[in-house]
Amino acid sequence: MAPLQLTGQVLDVRRAGMYTVLSLTAPGLAERTKPGHFLNIGIGGEESGLLLRRAFAIYQVQSRGVYGGSVDIVVGVHGKGTQWLADRRRHDNLSIVGPLGKPFTLPKDPANCILVGGGYGTAPLFMLADQLRERGCRVDVVAGAATEEKLFGTLEIKRAASTLTVTTEDGSMGVQGRVTDVLDDVITKTKADVIYACGPMGMLAAVANVAAARGVYSQCSVEESMACGIGVCMTCVLPVIGDDGVTRMVRSCVEGPVFRGDQVRWSDVGTVPVDTLGAPTGGH
Amino acid sequence: MSRALITSGPAGSAVHLPAVDMSTSIGDFETPMPVFTASGCAAAGKELDQFFDITHIGGIVTKSVMMNARSGRATPRMAETPSGMLNSIGLQGPGIDAFIDHDLAWLRQRGARTVVSIAGGSVEEYGKLAAKLRNVDGISAIEVNISCPNVEDRGQVFACDPNSAAQVIQAVKRNSDTKVPIIAKLSPDVTNIVTIAQAVERAGADAVAVINTTLGMVIDLETMRPALAGITGGLSGPAIRPMAVRCVWQIHQALPNLPILGMGGIRNGEDALQFILAGASAVSVGTVTFHDPSAPMRVQDELEVALALRGFTTLREAIGYAHRGPDVPEIAEEQE
Repeated sequence: MAPLQLTGQVLDVRRAGMYTVLSLTAPGLAERTKPGHFLNIGIGGEESGLLLRRAFAIYQVQSRGVYGGSVDIVVGVHGKGTQWLADRRRHDNLSIVGPLGKPFTLPKDPANCILVGGGYGTAPLFMLADQLRERGCRVDVVAGAATEEKLFGTLEIKRAASTLTVTTEDGSMGVQGRVTDVLDDVITKTKADVIYACGPMGMLAAVANVAAARGVYSQCSVEESMACGIGVCMTCVLPVIGDDGVTRMVRSCVEGPVFRGDQVRWSDVGTVPVDTLGAPTGGH
Repeated sequence: MSRALITSGPAGSAVHLPAVDMSTSIGDFETPMPVFTASGCAAAGKELDQFFDITHIGGIVTKSVMMNARSGRATPRMAETPSGMLNSIGLQGPGIDAFIDHDLAWLRQRGARTVVSIAGGSVEEYGKLAAKLRNVDGISAIEVNISCPNVEDRGQVFACDPNSAAQVIQAVKRNSDTKVPIIAKLSPDVTNIVTIAQAVERAGADAVAVINTTLGMVIDLETMRPALAGITGGLSGPAIRPMAVRCVWQIHQALPNLPILGMGGIRNGEDALQFILAGASAVSVGTVTFHDPSAPMRVQDELEVALALRGFTTLREAIGYAHRGPDVPEIAEEQE
């Protein structure tokens, strides 16, 4: 289904640790949204000097209600644009385009699934967890961040999971370390068939490696900086191996953000590997 | 046409305006509508067709295509700048054969007017690309992106040298269908853009596209290194609009018979009108599409209102209007 371009009104702004959760009216968006989809938001109004939209994983959607449907996103402040968004108040209008991208693929038959979230990368995993459970899947969650305040929604996601394992690098909550320090154990205990992950690129690379080593299928939702989010600007590319075995620079906004963990060339992200289709042949 | 425009006046009152004849031409390419996408900001139209009917605008200018498939450059390829952005994509694309078979075939089947943008690393490559496009249906015009380094001339950009620019246009003209207008896309990064416009016109260009991005750079203060993997990038967006309007003005003043496809930071209909008044026959909407995916359609609607509000009944009367004194309105009316 084609994405919508609409003006949404801020219904609610709430703080969650170091993040801001925005609820926005978005009629029609919920019906189109699948776990892993994202949306993007225009920054600063019509005459804004910040031209590029900011992309956010869709956290929650409501299809009904007085507002005819709404959507929640989690905003982490990284610069002027996200600061402006975090400063929105009830009744402010925002320009929304979504849902965008390729969502997570759900297993046809009940499977044992581990959901790994880094920082507020847990945001798209709530909807995913619910839908997996509706299909009779077992869901176990691993959530990690540098510090406790950089975790998002750990109490809430516990309800949707058989087990929750938390890691923080400073040990302020859960196991001290990184998600990959506990993942191996969780795979063993849960007899995992599938791992879904969303978070920073370094974490995704590490998770995909563990999954590959254990022979577990993985899907990773990547975070690449985007200008358009709809597939026309070609800025958000990364090297991905196609089903034909050929590496191409593919757009994470339309061919992702969810990729098979074993198809992204994680160690080559940020480069153009020499065997990429159409790679420079020297002299450039 | 018995359409009527309705726009909102003071206090939200509806204002009824007569519809404007928006038709225009770029050389022999007659189009009912004057707003196009800009090369590199619309891929090949398919993605934007989800947001507006791409057959309702002037047409799609496709991303510059080269002979062979290209991976483009490493990331980061983009940096946001005040009222604009830098990009350094490196002409990622499928190569001309796959482009003709897939992208162009889709655009033709969709019924969109299409301006194919081509780019080469040598005069010969441009000629070969033109030959590939000869006898291919569904091409309204060819835009020649000459802002590429010439591999045979130490990477000197074709668009920055009148002779190289002219050689490229001659090669394209020689190899292409005579009925398809050739539009040379000029770079603003030159001492005198009129010199380049004159050179490509003499070489047979039917029109010019003005302007391409201008070279810029951002240093990332966290890494203290260039923000882009390609080090420099093309600056686009409203930040460059005054420069673009100036270039259109200068070229129209020097070469009033040379049609101009104007572009550079157009964000709304009033911005587009500036280009038309400065001498552009049609406009492209580029970077702002990243901000608003339906921008080309919106800008076209707004342009019609902006023209109607100023009493124009046809777009053609407004082309170059800013050059004409109020006492001599006929001066530019006799153009061929």
